[in-house]
Amino acid sequence: MALIRDFAFQGAQMVLVLLLSPLLTGFVRKVKARLLRRQGPPLLQPYRDLIRLMRKDVVLAQSASWLFRVIPYIVFAGTWVAASLVPTFRSGLLFSWSADLIAIIALLGSARFFLALAGLDVGTSFGGIGSSREVMIASLAEPAMLMIVFTLALVAGSTQLSTMAAVMVSGEVGLRVSLGLALLALIMVAIAENARIPIDNPATHLELTMVHEAMVLEYSGRHLALIDLSSELKLLLYVSVIGCLFTPWGIAGPDAGAQALAVGVATYFGKLAAGGVLLAVFETAIAKMRVFRVPAFLGAALMLGLLATLLLFVSGSL
Amino acid sequence: MTVVYALYGVAALLALAPIAIFLGAGPRATNIVYGASLIITAGLGVNALLGLFDHPATTSGVTLPLGLPWLGAHLRIDALAAFFLVVVNLGGAMASLFALGYGRHEESPQRVLPFYPAYLAAMNLVVLAADAFTFLVSWEFMSLTSWALVIAHHRDRENLRAGYVYLLMASFGTLALLLAFGLLAGPDGNYAFDAIRATHASAGLAALVLILAVVGAGSKAGVVPLHAWLPLAHPAAPSHVSALMSGVMTKVAVYGFVRIVFDLLGPPDWWWSMVVLAVGGITAVMGVLYALMQHDLKRLLAYHTVENIGIIYIGLGLALAFKANGMAVAAALALTAGLFHVFNHSVFKSLLFFGAGSVLNATGERDMEHLGGLIHRMPQTAFVFLVGCVAISALPPLNGFVSEWLTFQAILLSPQLPSWGLKFLVPAVGALLALSAALAAACFVKAFGVSFLGRPRTPAAANARETDSNSLAAMYFLAALCLVAGVLPGLFIDALAPVANVLVGTSMPHQSGLAWLTIVPIAESRSSYNGLLVFIFVVLSGSAAVFAIHRLASDRLRRAAAWDCGYPDPSPATQYTASSFAQPIRRVYGTSVFHAREIGAMPPPGATSAARLTVELRDLIWDFAYAPVAGFIGYAADRLNVLQFLTIRRYLTLVFTALVLLLLVLATWP
Repeated sequence: MALIRDFAFQGAQMVLVLLLSPLLTGFVRKVKARLLRRQGPPLLQPYRDLIRLMRKDVVLAQSASWLFRVIPYIVFAGTWVAASLVPTFRSGLLFSWSADLIAIIALLGSARFFLALAGLDVGTSFGGIGSSREVMIASLAEPAMLMIVFTLALVAGSTQLSTMAAVMVSGEVGLRVSLGLALLALIMVAIAENARIPIDNPATHLELTMVHEAMVLEYSGRHLALIDLSSELKLLLYVSVIGCLFTPWGIAGPDAGAQALAVGVATYFGKLAAGGVLLAVFETAIAKMRVFRVPAFLGAALMLGLLATLLLFVSGSL
Repeated sequence: MTVVYALYGVAALLALAPIAIFLGAGPRATNIVYGASLIITAGLGVNALLGLFDHPATTSGVTLPLGLPWLGAHLRIDALAAFFLVVVNLGGAMASLFALGYGRHEESPQRVLPFYPAYLAAMNLVVLAADAFTFLVSWEFMSLTSWALVIAHHRDRENLRAGYVYLLMASFGTLALLLAFGLLAGPDGNYAFDAIRATHASAGLAALVLILAVVGAGSKAGVVPLHAWLPLAHPAAPSHVSALMSGVMTKVAVYGFVRIVFDLLGPPDWWWSMVVLAVGGITAVMGVLYALMQHDLKRLLAYHTVENIGIIYIGLGLALAFKANGMAVAAALALTAGLFHVFNHSVFKSLLFFGAGSVLNATGERDMEHLGGLIHRMPQTAFVFLVGCVAISALPPLNGFVSEWLTFQAILLSPQLPSWGLKFLVPAVGALLALSAALAAACFVKAFGVSFLGRPRTPAAANARETDSNSLAAMYFLAALCLVAGVLPGLFIDALAPVANVLVGTSMPHQSGLAWLTIVPIAESRSSYNGLLVFIFVVLSGSAAVFAIHRLASDRLRRAAAWDCGYPDPSPATQYTASSFAQPIRRVYGTSVFHAREIGAMPPPGATSAARLTVELRDLIWDFAYAPVAGFIGYAADRLNVLQFLTIRRYLTLVFTALVLLLLVLATWP
């Protein structure tokens, strides 16, 4: 019985992240538009875009290979699995022990690896520029992320997200310098990983500033829909990770009743909304960087992560 | 009995070498030599595997009346040797299978065939040896046979230079090992490993041996800054031999290091791990940065071997640190991580070199700038090469990720280490490891993307043909092994338990009995990983997406010209090349590490000649470590040259003076 219940929760989590992620993107766009005193697209516009794209024919470049057609599904599956392993409203998910935070990061790395290959597959210069910049950004963002994971894992004594959330919520950790540094670094990495301003602009089609959009330029139809959905899932994933680690309040425990679950869902929605508003405000307030300023930005994140880890190595209570 | 069977196998390989001389150069000779090598190494591998699984705790040894008369040749298989024999012979068998197809295109087979089985035998002998004399002789035999294979294509000047540098570095490494064993054996000349193990060297002596072992074994394994020969020599050999040199021989060097430092040298001091960790971290990052700058496919792979050796050394260094501080469980975890990476790297690096060899055969090109679009012409090679790329980039659910994940878990245990030096070094090494993992992914996006994807850049690439079935069989087998080791790592960790038991006194908890085949290094609340479940999860959700979208939405597809923002250019030269792909990374890391400079030469106004953009890279390690030494040796040789043209009286005087001086030294020796 318990197993069936756990399966149900795991399934609910998978469906929930899938359904919520376009809404989060729509919400961020709406808030950004309102901040600029524009009306903005309706909240549900990302869903409409996805459905419309899925119904369209795929127009495939003549030089595209079989790999190009498979990659959207790989990217989507990898991102979806990663997103469904992050505790959102309830910790202790059935399969949360199958991949810890390092593995979740690595799964996203797999997705990016294949997406960068897709950029090179058709053999155009825009695809190449996108891929090559994407791997440059990733080569700094991934180690920074791992240093953040190290920091959190050393504080929590675990790399399992459920355990980490439980330790964080228990209050025995308290305020720490290392956690502050890790939070700052994590936000910087999340911005870079999700191709947001100031690293990349998700709305641009000015070629020379594109990174992510250039990489997926040759995709169309259902393939493009899957890739957009993956990006939206990734944004949701990072907001969920930050929420679960730094604001773990309200997450229902493994054997919580209906009331705790309701609180968990409500706080989760609250965290997503807060994350979305903060992201929109930040993006509105800042200008995009030149590509070769990005290494300094991410290098700072890497150094913050390393500093946080070092502090913990030197003293367990910092 | 294990060791007796192993010796029969080695003897058969050694006998095959002279037979190969008489077989000539025809396809029959190729088939016989590689077929026989395949059968013998497969047998040797199974033998070692049985030794590892059936009676892991026991060791079997024999002493043959060879070598030094009062010593004899000690040969022995314990768990450590059995594990490395599995690695050596798995690589050997797969290289032989690959060569059954690949070797047919060899232009001068009589330069390869006799040395090939001898080389395999030599690598087996190094691992089997249980006394210093046999070890060193086998080690040198291994160096010389591989050197002969490196210069098999001797008409190419570059290969000759590679062979020259390799021979120098190999001799240097052997010299260091010779001194290390001399110090270990002590004044009484206890050359048998058992005798060395029984006596513990003093702290100062042990420190010296450690340094010599790092230098001696490291120069063969390719740790920075002793790696200079590796990217020259590995690509110069025929591809199946490249695979052996990169995938297997570097592991034999790691074996030598582990044998000396973990087994023979006695209980470690805490600072030893500092040396090993620092070397490992620097090697990992430098190796991958070098690899990123290459556009020769085989050289890129060779540089990447340097990176993976660094990762292995990080695991070993952590194991040493934990062992020195009495944290046996953590030491077992770190050691298992390092040794698992030894196995993994031998699998995927062999696979990748086979792929590069197939490309070389099909197109005659190693330069990635002349390839492209091979996925259309060689779909199967492309598929297995992609599997190798994903595995080596440490991406789940394949095997490279598991060993790096275990290494990360070991790093997370290290705050409990008491020494301050390690407290500062280990996080830095962790950052270097993370950096090298991320750069490796970038490197293999480049390697696969530029060679196999896009549009063909030359007619040779456009007219490539799929490789033969023997080669493909070898590559498919290794690709399958990458997946199996990735989704069922518990089996491999358990197989390594006896090795850890021998070296650090305990092993990781038993894994294969755990529910759902998860791996749990320490405790489930701490960390766990289940590659199988992740793999099934990804496959299921991917299939679900395919099914749902094709059923409910649309499955129509049209082919059209590439979009490219409206300006598609039919010339394949407008694609991103290997150099342009690496340009952002070169700018970020290369300006400091390689003093990379881009020089744009514009033609004078009015001239119609093309502008040129050249990239200058300096290999600082070569410039500052090797060039001065080479310069000094050249200078000294010039100065000493006059000694060649003395009269007989002067020579006699010299000899007499030397004799007197030596006698004086002896007389005044305390």
